[in-house]
Amino acid sequence: MRIPVETYTLPNGLRVILSEDHATPVVAVNLWYHVGSANEREGRTGFAHLFEHMLFQGSEHVGANEHFELVQRAGGTLNGSTWLDRTNYFETMPAHQLELALWLEADRMARLLPAMTQEKLDTQRDVVKNERRWSVDNQPYGTWWEKLPALCFPPSHPFHHSLIGSMEDLSDASLDDVATFFRTYYTPDNAVLTIAGDFDRADARVMVERHFAAIPRGSGRPPLPSMDLPATFGGTRRETVEDEVVAPRLFLAFRVPPAGSAPWYAASLMGAVLGTGDGSRLAQALVREQRIASSAGAYTFDLAKGSDLLICDVTAHPGVSAEALEAAVVAEIERIRRDGVSEPERARALALLETGWISALQSAGARADKLSQFATYHGDPSRVNDEPARHAAVTTGDLARFAASHLGPENRAFLMYVPRASASEAA
Amino acid sequence: MSVSTRPTPGAVRPYEFPAVHHHVLSSGMRLVVVPMPRLPLVSVLALVDAGAAGEANTVAGVAQLTARTLVEGTHTLDGAALTSRFEGLGTSLGAGADWDASTVRFTVTRSRLAEAFALFADSLRAPAFAEGEVIRLRDERLADLAQQLAEPRGLADQRFSGFVYAGASRFARPVGGTVSTVRALDQDAVRQFHAAHYGAATTTLLFVGDITVEDAERLAEAEFGRWTGAASPTPGIVAQAASSSRRTVIVEKPGAPQSELRVGHLGVPREHPEHLAIVVMNAILGGLFSSRINLNLREKHAFTYGASSGFDWRRAAGPFAVRTAVKTEVTGRAVEEILREIDAMRAAPPSADEVALATDYLAGVFPIRFESTDAVAGALASALTFGLGPEWFVRYRERIRAIGPAEVHAAARAHLDPSRLLLLAVGDGDAIAEPLAALAVGALTRHASDADPAEAK
Repeated sequence: MRIPVETYTLPNGLRVILSEDHATPVVAVNLWYHVGSANEREGRTGFAHLFEHMLFQGSEHVGANEHFELVQRAGGTLNGSTWLDRTNYFETMPAHQLELALWLEADRMARLLPAMTQEKLDTQRDVVKNERRWSVDNQPYGTWWEKLPALCFPPSHPFHHSLIGSMEDLSDASLDDVATFFRTYYTPDNAVLTIAGDFDRADARVMVERHFAAIPRGSGRPPLPSMDLPATFGGTRRETVEDEVVAPRLFLAFRVPPAGSAPWYAASLMGAVLGTGDGSRLAQALVREQRIASSAGAYTFDLAKGSDLLICDVTAHPGVSAEALEAAVVAEIERIRRDGVSEPERARALALLETGWISALQSAGARADKLSQFATYHGDPSRVNDEPARHAAVTTGDLARFAASHLGPENRAFLMYVPRASASEAA
Repeated sequence: MSVSTRPTPGAVRPYEFPAVHHHVLSSGMRLVVVPMPRLPLVSVLALVDAGAAGEANTVAGVAQLTARTLVEGTHTLDGAALTSRFEGLGTSLGAGADWDASTVRFTVTRSRLAEAFALFADSLRAPAFAEGEVIRLRDERLADLAQQLAEPRGLADQRFSGFVYAGASRFARPVGGTVSTVRALDQDAVRQFHAAHYGAATTTLLFVGDITVEDAERLAEAEFGRWTGAASPTPGIVAQAASSSRRTVIVEKPGAPQSELRVGHLGVPREHPEHLAIVVMNAILGGLFSSRINLNLREKHAFTYGASSGFDWRRAAGPFAVRTAVKTEVTGRAVEEILREIDAMRAAPPSADEVALATDYLAGVFPIRFESTDAVAGALASALTFGLGPEWFVRYRERIRAIGPAEVHAAARAHLDPSRLLLLAVGDGDAIAEPLAALAVGALTRHASDADPAEAK
């Protein structure tokens, strides 16, 4: 299948992608801002995400929480999310409500600051602190989201620090920070707007012009520090974390080429060979045959700047030692380095990727998000249609070469969670 | 048009739920086909009238273990071989049991359907249930249970069911069984459950996607036209509450930075005539982001990242519960606000505008819920489980829009009952016991995190 793609740029720098199809009367609006936790300044960890919350607190013509209410009243769904180097906002609407979503997005891109108050910031700061407690602090293994990047990227690197942020830094965030961040990063020339689904392209162009054309261009986004790193870690890294958990869980990370670059597709396919489906290498060996793990997966983080990470994520059965878990995972990695990947294994991984790809793209929201992603990271949304072919072009020889260059001991980071030794056991 | 002018909607574009075709195979098995030819994908789902609700408490979890082991090998292919055949076709079989039915399903590209369907049919009719696989999946269920009980949300959900239902009720235990019941399951239990409940008479087969009615009938007839077996549905049950008075339960998690809260009581069966009025009432109370409980606890007080309420719909009465996680220090105040919102919902009818927010949302998102073949198959399976005919989907939006403030208020008066609320908190007991006791929500008891009321009974 091919997704239709039409792209143009407004004079203020806003890139617009239109993907028209009339299968069902639903339309998705998706906006990517090219800013994430990587762009936070020192002492403001978590700010990009806190800022995302503020974008739902109203703008000049929209009241606090009214964005949610108006979209839901119109019969639509919506949300936003923050990642290391981008923030996205999205609505899926009944087709006839397209313009409402565009107007809401435009009002906050053009006129957010008049609606910002100290009280709203204080409330959202507390909401985010509760989000941190809920997803990180009071959740078994919950700290892996911040410990793994910290282990894999050097302290000076923009991906090193916590995305959800520390409690102290969240406390320090001010209204001045909100205004500066908004003026610096929430500008049309730092954004991609995608409309996908049941709409008329000529109508949509008129609406986009009406709501976005008058928003002034920004003054350019400050460059990120260099994100170039050596091709591998240059050694084995290791951190062990005691946590309130019942079984060890290992995150084994490898540094790999940046997402979307030509050599990255071997890393991505290797992830599927190792960890997609019950028939993957890790699941087959550790879950089915040896029965020491209750689940095993592998995936890339899909980081498109500098370098990406390939991660094996394996949870032991209660009672299995961390040492036994690690040895079993390493044995499978060594087997791939020694013997490579067979043609049926490669075909299995490709077939699963293909079905997953078509299944996901049934949703207008997913199509819009993919188009925004490829435009933001690679400057070309139509590249989305080449993804299946790029994966299919990876040969078993490519996989063997990737294993030799990237899966060895010189490129491994072990983040191991172990059950906390209780006071009585320690005594 | 000025920037402050809110756009008016365009012309509504019509939506119709895709046409549903019903057919009965020579074996008596029911077939449902929904052509959705937009993309080269087909979702196949077998709905078996074999739910966990009808299990004896002593074998709680057998329905789920049976469904999961079903896809782990046939008489000609062992589990590993079957898995690689499926995955080589770009798909995998998902199987599981819910309270009222078991399902086995997969989604595959059109060109690989025939081969995948033959494997699927073999798994359903003639699973091997090899002892090694039964034991492995049983141990995986035990590991899952241990993980859930170590996690505040999973622990709160399980303990809420355990304390809200009578000990004799199957609903006091998780759908997948407890540690002691799962430990006792074996190959015989799984084989017996399959023989008793899986067969042409208890199964409905659904095809949704890029397939014609004729092709689906031919495939289904070839594989299932002669399927026999003396299968009967699992029996229905009547849900029973543990208590009819208010009470507070603390499950200890010393030092926890948040309290996981569940506040609720038994709900009503899915087939209740006021079902849609209850759905709209719940949307206003806690079902939507813009609901009263979420706006109060999150946006007004910043006690939490999110708060919601819901009725769990089953053939017999599932639970109604408000769910949230709040900062330990504000636990008492958060509960007070939840109780206040439940009372307010009963005290006066909501405004027509507030009802319209819920009904316009529920009617409007209807087409968005059905973009994928798998979602359509799942929704149809759920409707069949609850005995809803095809007109359910055709008339859903007009029925939702017909609900007004009077119906919502009546639903709140009838189906929210502050006098029998169970308030459960997983959290730091020493920090929260006093503020919770001060609210005087009935007797307060404190329990160790590993004390399972369903095991004690």
